[in-house]
Amino acid sequence: MEFISQHPVLVVSIVKIAVLLFIVMTALAYLTWLERKVIAHIQSRWGPYNVGAHGLLQPLADGLKFLFKEDVTPPVSDRLVYTLAPFLALSLALTAIALIPFGPPSVTLLGQPVFVVSNIDIGLLFLFAVTSLGVYGVALAGWSSNSKYPLMGGLRSSAQMISYEVSLTISVVGVLLLAGTLSFNGIIEGQSGYYLHFIPRWHVFPQIIGFLCYLTAAVAETNRIPFDLPEAETELVAGFHTEYSSFKFAMFFMAEYANMITVSCLATILFLGGWLSPFPDTWKWPLFLPGIGLIGLGLYCLVDTITEMRGIARLQFAVVTLLCLGGGAICLIPAVAVVIQGVFWFTAKILAILFFYIWMRGTLPRFRYDQLMSLGWKLLLPVSLANLVVTSIVVLYFMMRGPG
Amino acid sequence: MNLPVIVFFAFALFAVGGAVMLILAREPIHSALALILVMSALATLYLLLGAEFIAAVQMIVYAGAVMVLFVFVIMLLNMGLEERTDFSKLAKYAGVPLGFVLLLEIAHWLWRSPAGAVVANGPQPVTAFSTVELSKLLFRSYLFPFEATSILILIAILGALVLARKEE
Repeated sequence: MEFISQHPVLVVSIVKIAVLLFIVMTALAYLTWLERKVIAHIQSRWGPYNVGAHGLLQPLADGLKFLFKEDVTPPVSDRLVYTLAPFLALSLALTAIALIPFGPPSVTLLGQPVFVVSNIDIGLLFLFAVTSLGVYGVALAGWSSNSKYPLMGGLRSSAQMISYEVSLTISVVGVLLLAGTLSFNGIIEGQSGYYLHFIPRWHVFPQIIGFLCYLTAAVAETNRIPFDLPEAETELVAGFHTEYSSFKFAMFFMAEYANMITVSCLATILFLGGWLSPFPDTWKWPLFLPGIGLIGLGLYCLVDTITEMRGIARLQFAVVTLLCLGGGAICLIPAVAVVIQGVFWFTAKILAILFFYIWMRGTLPRFRYDQLMSLGWKLLLPVSLANLVVTSIVVLYFMMRGPG
Repeated sequence: MNLPVIVFFAFALFAVGGAVMLILAREPIHSALALILVMSALATLYLLLGAEFIAAVQMIVYAGAVMVLFVFVIMLLNMGLEERTDFSKLAKYAGVPLGFVLLLEIAHWLWRSPAGAVVANGPQPVTAFSTVELSKLLFRSYLFPFEATSILILIAILGALVLARKEE
């Protein structure tokens, strides 16, 4: 106990890292489930349905399968780099998430904010520093596999990530000009307040062009459809991870989903007001939205349990129903509702962006490689540069006019 | 020994070790990886000095952008192992010892200098130099050199474009 009181930062940080890691890993697993379900419904299929009710245990089964598969190592050109690549990809992707504030700093434990692992002044710069290294995982994997298709995938991915990182960074600068700070909490708090008393002052409204540029570049950065050229299966078998099997492949898979979560978090923080509620503070009923939502979900599950489910699935779904109803009831307690308010809005916004990602995958076909490059350099870069120039002029005008 | 000193020596070791690996590695990609290690270790050392902004820029520009291009080119050309020439006798018997003498001399004079006295007193608490202060220096006091440098870089980019363009 003495140790805890002497080093509150260290102890709280370690606990926060462990909890965040658990949550993120679970979220990654269920993101794959969500993706398969949504895509399946877009394509008029059912998606995972047999492992657990509505396929809810499918991520667990997938994880176990990855663990028990044989780890085949091809005659690689370089065993050290071949092994290093997936570790690099996953650890960098997870490090970036440590910088994200998931809730307001006012909620504290032992004097430490609960909802962020590492709150630093130049959070945004550090996030870019970490994510700019992410390309090495893919590039080195492609190179060290000693095989043609992975090499092509690795090359494509390096070229693509370098090209789109420029637009990504420039589209963010517009927000920084408005916010005047590099700290995530500062950027979020700068977005509080309302136009006309009900439209939230989020940066997405003045920076709508920046937001669209950011979203496009972010999709390309995370190698997702329609920009998933590095792993285009019709051309490159599976691209950079063709030669990887078992858990090393799973690590690339997890890194990709972790990167998706990171860019969604960043979009939420920069453009959508982070953990701020979209409703004015004077309205009290939005406080109970998380509870009402969960209870609604629970009631739907209840109906489903009784009418649709049979056998063991009915038992599993009954558990899900109880969890939803119980969680919803807890969220209705006013004290709890106030604490989870920020996290609820943050999560809701991230989920909306992730859904958009998946929706796009189900809708758009893949670009051709030359189309991808000309889109990045000839359209996205000039547009984001123009956005930056216009924003600077407007900001300068308001600064010259003085405060008010 | 307190934490900053331990961190300093750990990352100084990474930087020096990476630099040695960079020279000794026969595989070009290992050299590139070693250089990335050196740059990341340097960024951490900047962080210890309280230069947060410089540390982040070091990671983004050098470790993130410049080295990606290096790795890209190495992969594109798919270079084989480097050819190794043996040390000449002169380098082996005169160069290596003389190099060590030079290092010792630099260490000696650094120890005697005012900077060395500061180091001998043990680590000082550093206050982080905020990004706002840095930008004020850059865009107020040193605006002209800053803009002149950016024009210089622009000229360099144009020069590279002209050189790389294929003959019609």
